[in-house]
Amino acid sequence: MNSVTFSLNIASDLASMWQYDFMRHAFEAGTVVAVVAGVIGYFIILRRSSFAAHALSHIGFAGAAGAVLLGLSPLLGLLVFTCGAGFAMATLGRKISDRDVQIGTVLAFMLGLGVLFISLYSGYATEAYSLLFGEILGISSTDVLVTLIAGFLLLIVVAIIYRPLLFVSLDEDVAEAKGIPTYWIGVVFMLLIAIATSIAVQVVGVLLIFALMVTPAAVAQQIASRPAEGIIFSVLIALLATWFGLFISFYLPYPVSFFITSVTFAVYVAIRSLKIGYDS
Amino acid sequence: MRLAQRSLDNSMDTETIISAENLAGGYGTKTVFANAEFSIEQGEFVAVLGPNGAGKTTLFGLLLGLAQPHKGSLSIFGEPPRHGNPRIGYVPQRHPIDAQIRIEALQLVRLGIDGNRWGIGWGNKGTEKALAALKAVGGEDLAHRPLGSLSGGELKRIFLAEALVSDPDLLLLDEPLANLDIHRESNFVRLINNIVRSCGVTALLIAHDINPLLTVLDRVLYVANGRITSGKPSEILNSKALTELYGMPVEVVKDSQGRVAVVGMEGPVQHHE
Repeated sequence: MNSVTFSLNIASDLASMWQYDFMRHAFEAGTVVAVVAGVIGYFIILRRSSFAAHALSHIGFAGAAGAVLLGLSPLLGLLVFTCGAGFAMATLGRKISDRDVQIGTVLAFMLGLGVLFISLYSGYATEAYSLLFGEILGISSTDVLVTLIAGFLLLIVVAIIYRPLLFVSLDEDVAEAKGIPTYWIGVVFMLLIAIATSIAVQVVGVLLIFALMVTPAAVAQQIASRPAEGIIFSVLIALLATWFGLFISFYLPYPVSFFITSVTFAVYVAIRSLKIGYDS
Repeated sequence: MRLAQRSLDNSMDTETIISAENLAGGYGTKTVFANAEFSIEQGEFVAVLGPNGAGKTTLFGLLLGLAQPHKGSLSIFGEPPRHGNPRIGYVPQRHPIDAQIRIEALQLVRLGIDGNRWGIGWGNKGTEKALAALKAVGGEDLAHRPLGSLSGGELKRIFLAEALVSDPDLLLLDEPLANLDIHRESNFVRLINNIVRSCGVTALLIAHDINPLLTVLDRVLYVANGRITSGKPSEILNSKALTELYGMPVEVVKDSQGRVAVVGMEGPVQHHE
């Protein structure tokens, strides 16, 4: 990476980055993940289900580690475990936040299971590291394709259930009386969180999932008065953080995840302090 | 005068909106009322009264098609209740809005029009209708305020607009007067009454305190002691009728201004505080 130097011409910088397959893959997957995380994140904040996203990513860790152990793609393991757990969480109880002790217990066990799987696998340290903190620079072209398809399907489903999902999130009782199948909307949304989490883990890892799934949406929620605006802001912040993180990491020998989380954190702090200054 | 005028109108156009025959309802397997017989005509303003747990909200659940009668039949607009009936506007009792929510009130009202349809719903078609509904409840100033910043009384107006925006023929209001002070309470009653009278909407309103409603009501549904009794306020709210309904001595006391208090039973129908 040190063979290329930074110039002020961003276009030529990007062109030289994209000569490398791993950078191109990273930008492709990162863009899909940022869009998906921004959209899903908006509803996660609205429905106050950030704990579910957090839990699902931890449960996904066991699945990813198990897949690695079996010689399969970690993404496959992530998808299977998060979707299974998401479905279970949605069917066990609508008010998932009331069950935080049960979920916490299960997810600690899942993390432990993941550690076991990883230790049984010979490439212990690097695999664990990339699952926990993300390793977008190592993403394969197959995973890019899977990410793209998953992201595309996910956005189509969100578009289909958009109005009922918004209605249920804001005003569940009236939405139910209006004939919306609130239970199934909840189940579908939990599966959407599961898929979004699985593909986002590749970029920021299990432990830093909040940076893409929650923080940009939380900022957007503070500044937007209409849902469509909120979703657009949320996506833009996630995209900005991902692109900026990838761009910087090409020149500096530090992890991409660090730069991504730094950008979202900086935006969050800036908006919060502006808001506090504005309100007082 | 106005009441006399209205009852004359009612005898002329007697479209029955709701009728119950031998109706029994409850939650789960527990039946809370049975043998209910009543009918409600178009344009009536009806108070649903009775102690806690007697089945007032359960009755709303039946009308909304969210629960099935344990026995008997219930018909609404001449057909059995069905889930998602667009002719009903509903304002539930507990209606929490997170203080963090910055979405403007107008957006919630718009969902009352087409929030149950699939797809994104491009365009601003609903905006004008939603603004008109907000105006009808005196809430046009609230249109662009964040939902999380509204007071309890302001939110009640928004929820009413959300229910009215789809032009319902029947309004079901579950304790809309709870937690309002006396002034806001009487303003809100006047508002609902104006809507009922000007739009020809039929309204069922669950209340604990009959007094702010006494001058505007056409009918009382009294849900108590496993039964539902229907009649004009004067027919129901007297010592004889309530004693018979409860099967124990109950007294209705009137003060100098005609306000009533029901004495001698558990969980009384309330008096002014």
